[in-house]
Amino acid sequence: MLSRESKILLIGNPNVGKSAIFSRLTGAKVTISNYPGTTVGLSQGYMKFRPDEMGIVIDVPGIYSLVPLSKADEVAVDMLKEGDVIINVVDATNLERNLFLTLELKEKKPLSIVALNMWDETRHKGIEIDVEKLERELGLTVVPVCGITGFGIKELREKLVNLKKTSKKVLTKDQKWEEIGRILELSQTLHHHHHTLLERFEDISTRPGTGLPIAVLVVYCSFMLIRLIAETLIENVFEPAFTNIWMPFLERISSLMGSEGFFHDVIIGRLINGNIDYGQSFGLLSTGLYVPLAAVLPYILSFYLILGILEDWGYLPRLATQVDNFMHRIGLHGYAIVPMILGLGCNVPGAMALRLLENRREKFIAATLMAVAVPCMAQIAMIVGLVGERGGRYVALIFGILFLIVVVKGVLMNTIMPGKSPEILWEIPPYRMPHPKAVIKKLWMRVTEFLKEAVPYVLLGVFIVNMLYVLNAFDFLARIFAPVLTGMWGLPKETISALMMGFLRKDVAVGMLAPLSLTTKQLVIACTILAIYFPCMATFVVMLRELGIKDMLKSALLMILTAVSVGALLNIFL
Amino acid sequence: MGSLNLTQLKAKQHAKVLELDGGYAFVQRLEALGVRPGIQITKISSHFWKGPVTVLVGKTKIAIGYGMAKKIKVMVK
Repeated sequence: MLSRESKILLIGNPNVGKSAIFSRLTGAKVTISNYPGTTVGLSQGYMKFRPDEMGIVIDVPGIYSLVPLSKADEVAVDMLKEGDVIINVVDATNLERNLFLTLELKEKKPLSIVALNMWDETRHKGIEIDVEKLERELGLTVVPVCGITGFGIKELREKLVNLKKTSKKVLTKDQKWEEIGRILELSQTLHHHHHTLLERFEDISTRPGTGLPIAVLVVYCSFMLIRLIAETLIENVFEPAFTNIWMPFLERISSLMGSEGFFHDVIIGRLINGNIDYGQSFGLLSTGLYVPLAAVLPYILSFYLILGILEDWGYLPRLATQVDNFMHRIGLHGYAIVPMILGLGCNVPGAMALRLLENRREKFIAATLMAVAVPCMAQIAMIVGLVGERGGRYVALIFGILFLIVVVKGVLMNTIMPGKSPEILWEIPPYRMPHPKAVIKKLWMRVTEFLKEAVPYVLLGVFIVNMLYVLNAFDFLARIFAPVLTGMWGLPKETISALMMGFLRKDVAVGMLAPLSLTTKQLVIACTILAIYFPCMATFVVMLRELGIKDMLKSALLMILTAVSVGALLNIFL
Repeated sequence: MGSLNLTQLKAKQHAKVLELDGGYAFVQRLEALGVRPGIQITKISSHFWKGPVTVLVGKTKIAIGYGMAKKIKVMVK
């Protein structure tokens, strides 16, 4: 039944493991986590089903039913028209709810196959499913699989090729639920099972009395671990590599190039007291490589490692319920914490995850708060490196200011904007032991993404800085912005160069503050402003797409206003 | 026992859903998650200051905002 042009859709409820199966079928790299809403866009990949025939597989964001209730649902339902074959991914541990969509899909498309995912979990949960009976009663081909380990994928592939058309019978909503009851009565037996350790922990971390302290502990430990791992990596791997291996090499090239001159300064950087200084020289091979690889990469590695474990464990939706209360005060609901946390890694995926939020008001508030007060890991790493030298309390001060901005600005927007924050309604997945291989795979994917995206732009940024210095372009801008920079914020006018660079790369921008010999107060103000005044280009483009021009302009205006006023206030009160 | 709304239910209490007292989208969203009249649910917890209510429906745990939870009428067995 399948042909070269066949489009195969992976459709199912949120968090049933569609992306894991997608990745198994196509070999494509996609993010897989244990929370509903991991996939926000359509991913597409190719699958070989006969030696020289390929089909297109599309991973569709999760839906509960074919009645679309949000924009994201509409996208998913619209895809149905384009698909030739449907792989309906079903969570075997939660058949009753999942089968509703299965029956709906059966009415729409005669060619579908059911992938009974999380098959490995049914046994621990005391669920026994008779696959043959289920197949017969549903009238569909059913294959037990496990996307994470790859179990059953081969059989799924084989059965997909020989799929037969199914008969369809249109049922009303109530008839469907009745039919599901009948099918499960025949094909599923539930046994009593003892609570596992994970399930017990699930209970205590959902109750408010114990859940809140656990949330605080989890967040605190995560940050401590991220710092510990990153600093250990820097101290023992990255610093030694750059000092003992790369530096002698650079010094040799530097002296070969005559230690000065235009090309020398662009490639190696200006010598500081006769030496190459990774922080201040600003050459492509010195600062240009040191910033992304030695200063930022260790933090990216450790952040995504810890985030990956939290995601796969299933903690994020629990954190969302714990912070729901607070988030309502700032015009959001608890689940908005998910894009914010992703934004801490990089604002680009964070901004993409804004799609998880229901309405325009909520998206606007979340995007504005993220752009202003959620610095990405690259920027955080540079702030920790640069400001940390003056004392840890100044780093804490910057993050305290950012948090205060979230609260004040969130409360203000929530009060001024018409409407109110929507209610949370979200499924909380069970805790699952993170699969080490899956965690490493996701980490690898995110780190290579960072290297591919960041290194070229950092190098471009460093190159531009050199060109602008040569052309004296900053002097002109510095004169124009001097009233704000010097007058209101108390910063030397040279900081304009860093603010300009911030549009391209915030990490390079923070790095540009290093040679300016700022006082601690100036450094704190400059770093705070760099975090809040505007998102980097890449984030801006995604936000523009998610918000539309009008809302983006409003949001941008708010960002600039915040930066101007916060900078002035800090200059007065610090 | 008379009918209560979900916020009035105590933790670990079992109840039957009687009515979803809200608009079309509200009913659709809850039903899609398996919360529909006639179904058995167990309350897991509620959070202070009108925070979300968490319930167990079949094998699924769901967090429901306070305002929504108030519109879900249930009957304790």
